[in-house]
Amino acid sequence: MKTVSKLYTGLIFLFLYAPIVVLMVFSFNDSKSRVVWNGFTFDWYRRLFEDKEILNALSNTLIIAVITAVCATVLGTAAAIGIRGMNKWMKRTVMNLTNLPMVNPEIVTGVSMLLLFVFLNDRIGILKPGMVTLIIAHITFSLPYVVLNVLPKLRQMDPHLYEAAQDLGCAPASAFFKVVLPEIMPGIVTGMIMAFTLSIDDFVISYFTSGTTQTLPIAIYSMTRKIVSPEINALSTLLFGAVMVLLIVINLRQIRDQRKQKLRRKGAVKA
Amino acid sequence: MKSKTAAIPYVIWMLIFIVVPMALVVFFSFTDRSGQFTLENIANVGKYSTVFLRSIWLGALATAICLLLGYPLAYIISRAAGGRQSVMIMLVMLPMWMNFLLRTYAWMTLLENNGLINKALGLIGLGPFELINTQGAVVLGMVYNFLPFMILPIYSVMTKIDTRIIEAAQDLGANGRKVFSKVILPLSVPGIITGITMVFVPAVSTFIISKMLGGGANLLIGDLIDMQFLGNSYNPNLGSAISLVLMVLIMICMGIMNQFDDGENTGGMMI
Repeated sequence: MKTVSKLYTGLIFLFLYAPIVVLMVFSFNDSKSRVVWNGFTFDWYRRLFEDKEILNALSNTLIIAVITAVCATVLGTAAAIGIRGMNKWMKRTVMNLTNLPMVNPEIVTGVSMLLLFVFLNDRIGILKPGMVTLIIAHITFSLPYVVLNVLPKLRQMDPHLYEAAQDLGCAPASAFFKVVLPEIMPGIVTGMIMAFTLSIDDFVISYFTSGTTQTLPIAIYSMTRKIVSPEINALSTLLFGAVMVLLIVINLRQIRDQRKQKLRRKGAVKA
Repeated sequence: MKSKTAAIPYVIWMLIFIVVPMALVVFFSFTDRSGQFTLENIANVGKYSTVFLRSIWLGALATAICLLLGYPLAYIISRAAGGRQSVMIMLVMLPMWMNFLLRTYAWMTLLENNGLINKALGLIGLGPFELINTQGAVVLGMVYNFLPFMILPIYSVMTKIDTRIIEAAQDLGANGRKVFSKVILPLSVPGIITGITMVFVPAVSTFIISKMLGGGANLLIGDLIDMQFLGNSYNPNLGSAISLVLMVLIMICMGIMNQFDDGENTGGMMI
């Protein structure tokens, strides 16, 4: 790379990372100041783990994310298989339905669901905004991502495989579980991971559909509105650290797999 | 495997939780509190034209800055060696894994009147400047949060450009600048279009960034909607009308962009 592009890349990455680094450094600061360094401490981390509100929000977030990921994956995978079997006109209609929440601004999706839940609660007395409505909302906005990840895998799959399995004596159900499911698994897993992470990260739609239930992003939001405490910095550092570790583990596994494949190929050549 | 029925639960789910809520938004927009038909809400949206104009202006400004900053970086990354390329792309994506609120909060602490930036400027005898609670701060927050959304689609289109086309242009006597303006730039238009929509839509409809960095004086459309539903001026009818106008506005913008995209695409195919 030329010097100019190196300098430019460096500046952009400085812009992207400097605020995060400053945030993390001050999580270890032995004072409430966000400017002056007063010495090293783990105090804010200790306080964070004693903060019942945060811990409660964290457990809510994880429960919602797990239920969302499972439900959205099952519903979305079934939907993708169904969409495959539709004629052109039906397919187009359903795909428009799938794209609608993705092109709509998040705030409009959130507000529209709030209207539905308030309406149902007032008129019929069901679905008071809270945990259940949060789960429903999260499933709804992550479903399209599952569908859009599974569909291409179905398209890539040889349609005759399923027929061949049945010709060889498989019942339709076991043909599906033994032949189709393994073929589309990578798409399902990607969709599930996306649903999980989108659910953990979501603020805007949760904000409108949560009632008084707290999720981690909502707790963070109320923390930034109140007196600011370096506990937020500590929380950011922990979350960022967790993501870093996760990404490094995934990358290391990929590199190891690639190496194994290379070795295997070499072995095959020698043999 | 022709099982349309598998998509039925999904279609029902999306009808109840996406289509019905959207219909409720339309219904609330055209009725008053007692449920009578009225055009008053839509007419009242006109009173907030300054807020709309401000949102569009700041959103467009942030999008333009993202494009100016992101395009060169996407180009530099797409030209880097393989291993370095994936590291740099990972570095672009990593900040996105940190919660949006925390990223915005990081800037809040930096821009404060006695924040780190003003303290640093003070050391060389400048300032203090009023950095936070300005429109500049809001634009900065948008650029910081959405820059990766611009870089990633442009990068992915650029990596798909056939290097033989670039070589052919060079063989035919084009210099570096000509290769860029006649080959690379036109072929990267689809990525630019995707990037613009991915930055503009969340930027124009945000309410967090303006709340955290803009103070009370720089209301955006998102804040206006938030106020009607969960804020002080509770009025879901007006809130729905504003949401509806925002939705239509964004759809018009995207329609125009797509038109542009199609035209350029066929142009690209002809090369």
